[in-house]
Amino acid sequence: MSITVLTEKCVGCKLCVPACPFGAISVRDRKAVIGEACNLCGACVPVCKFGAIELVRETGPAMDKNAYRGVWVFAEQRRGTLAGVALELLGKGRELAEKLGQPLAAVLLGHEVESLAEELFAHGADLVYLAEAPFLREFLEGPYAAVLTEMIRAERPNIILLGATAIGRSLAPRVAARLGTGLTADCTGLEVDPATGDLHQTRPAFGGNVMATILCPNHRPQMATVRPRVFAVPPRDPGRRGELRRVEMAGQALDLRAKILEFLPAEGEKVNLTEANVIVAAGRGLGDPKNLRMVEELAELLGGAVGASRAVVDAGWISYPHQVGQTGKTVRPKLYIACGIHGAVQHLAGMQSSDIIVAINKNPEAPIFKVATYGLVGDVLEILPEMIRQLKVVRV
Amino acid sequence: MKIAVCIKQVPATTEVKINPATNTLIREGIPNEVNPFDLYAIEEALRIKERLGSGTVVALSMGPPQAADALREAIAMGVDEAVLLSDRAFAGADTLATAYTLAKAIEKIGEVSLVLCGKQAVDGDTAQVGPEIAENLGWPHVTYIRKINEIGPSEIVVERMTDDGYERLAVSLPALFTVVKEINVPRLPGIKGQLRAKKAEIPVWTAADLEVDPGRIGLTGSPTQVRKIFYPQHETTAEMIEGSPAEQAAALLEKLRGLGVA
Ligand SMILES: Cc1cc2nc3c(=O)[nH]c(=O)nc-3n(C[C@H](O)[C@H](O)[C@H](O)COP(=O)(O)OP(=O)(O)OC[C@H]3O[C@@H](n4cnc5c(N)ncnc54)[C@H](O)[C@@H]3O)c2cc1C
Ligand SMILES: Nc1ncnc2c1ncn2[C@@H]1O[C@H](COP(=O)(O)O)[C@@H](O)[C@H]1O
Repeated sequence: MSITVLTEKCVGCKLCVPACPFGAISVRDRKAVIGEACNLCGACVPVCKFGAIELVRETGPAMDKNAYRGVWVFAEQRRGTLAGVALELLGKGRELAEKLGQPLAAVLLGHEVESLAEELFAHGADLVYLAEAPFLREFLEGPYAAVLTEMIRAERPNIILLGATAIGRSLAPRVAARLGTGLTADCTGLEVDPATGDLHQTRPAFGGNVMATILCPNHRPQMATVRPRVFAVPPRDPGRRGELRRVEMAGQALDLRAKILEFLPAEGEKVNLTEANVIVAAGRGLGDPKNLRMVEELAELLGGAVGASRAVVDAGWISYPHQVGQTGKTVRPKLYIACGIHGAVQHLAGMQSSDIIVAINKNPEAPIFKVATYGLVGDVLEILPEMIRQLKVVRV
Repeated sequence: MKIAVCIKQVPATTEVKINPATNTLIREGIPNEVNPFDLYAIEEALRIKERLGSGTVVALSMGPPQAADALREAIAMGVDEAVLLSDRAFAGADTLATAYTLAKAIEKIGEVSLVLCGKQAVDGDTAQVGPEIAENLGWPHVTYIRKINEIGPSEIVVERMTDDGYERLAVSLPALFTVVKEINVPRLPGIKGQLRAKKAEIPVWTAADLEVDPGRIGLTGSPTQVRKIFYPQHETTAEMIEGSPAEQAAALLEKLRGLGVA
């Protein structure tokens, strides 16, 4: 990938100068000059009225696949806490790395997060790339993509895995597009073919009704986002050590086009459904918003989070972040208890891969029973209070 | 302000069937619709224009000729213009090639300062095309927007959903956002809009019109390849737990304890 000013076309009009988010362009002797800070984002190309800036991206077939080695896991952290999926990916990453005979690295971006490296080694990383800077304290697409892309260009990993979280699903496409490589979203299965080094990436489509296996055979790196809770967290080995490599970012310019003004934690703390072990989900069968209290209480007793069907969210009983399903969140807890939920395909799309599904519904024909592990035909308003009462008895 | 909205036409149901002989999706007889998430993007673009009292909203779709129907729906809702990108050479595009093509069209439309996309398309569920368009344009992007708070001439303040709450961000224009359904309630087209939609001439742009690099569009420009498509097997027959509510609760809790989840 390279960027060139075609001097015979450039008239020195300076239009490109403010267009560069990195302040990398200057005009000398009436010709644009692209400086060190250039990030190859290409923002200058379309603003040039004279077609004088040419960006050449790497394209496929000529690529030397063997030049790309190693499996990388993006070690997502938020406010200094590692996302569960980062550890899950180290488990899967370890397996892939061993099949390929290549090292496993974790990539940690943030500010004052060095202490997390120990966790990453303990869960299987041979190597931790640490990029620390104040501008990486909070996730922002611009700076994170810039730093990660630079690291990938320098080190040339074969495979890069990111969690299919809000962050991973925004960062990964940005980076993949900058590298001109393929990206498979929201994978639930990953296998590697040691002969070709190709990653076989399996993912649901059409709301989980179809599975597709996707390859990226002529491009490297191969990139995938992976759903949280699909792979198990590998056992922690506290004595395990690895190599910590600090990433130099001195020459990097900052993309300041987006800035965070404020973080507003979700009201009703327990809404991180994607990482919850237990979800108790409310459906319209609860009849009245005041009965949500039962669902909350049961969730609390089981140490879980509260989910909801769209019908309940649309009725205004509970906020949208609780919604599970095609237009809400996709979840995969160990235990999902559907309380008065019918089981429309759009709801099933978001929860059918949960480990254990309990369906409580008074209609024995409700489709939710088709995906359930345990089915309880009956009135949710009678069964939930019983469960709560019995759980409390045991606790006392 | 000129706003472009990217909309995709998708099958109206996710209950797809597979032709076992060819391992391809059976699409015949399944009606198409506008990707539900994209309706929120259209609605938000219209609201921004109404708020500012001026502007142009352009709907953009890449797809086969019948994707013009999706654009007609957008016109019926009130968008000013629509453009269809349709060419056999675009076929087989993955998200990278789709985003490149859409970005080229946005450049051709010209003077666009805001692009809105849906959170994801319900057929592929990738949520990648939006951020990849932004990268191709060299613009900043923010995903999962639930609210647009302020719109200035060069900056826009938005709220995005994160995994543990919300963030308020200031983003300089031009920019691209993907929106979630919490952002608004899409309007239904009125009679006037429907008449306009029926009569509208929708320009069709081909690869030649966009001056695209032929190596970066369609199947050729797609690094990912689908190797296999199959149906997930979930033939779990539920174990039914019977009895009085108290007995059901007790039996269930015992099973859950046995599995270590209660
Ligand atoms: C494009 C699109 C996207 C969608 N996305 C989503 C999504 O993301 N998530 C989602 O959930 N839905 C989604 N839906 C909506 C979905 O189709 C259903 O309408 C919705 O899931 C129904 O919610 P429900 O099961 O709570 O309500 P209902 O369909 O009203 O079902 C209530 C159930 O409760 C049972 N019941 C009633 N009283 C009791 C009682 N006292 N005790 C026990 N059981 C009782 C009934 O038998 C019934 O089965 C979407 C729809 C569309 C068209
Ligand atoms: N072929 C297309 N034409 C226009 N817009 C598209 C197309 N594909 C995807 N998009 C836009 O990108 C968003 C995300 O799509 P996807 O990455 O396929 O999940 C959609 O909600 C649309 O706004």
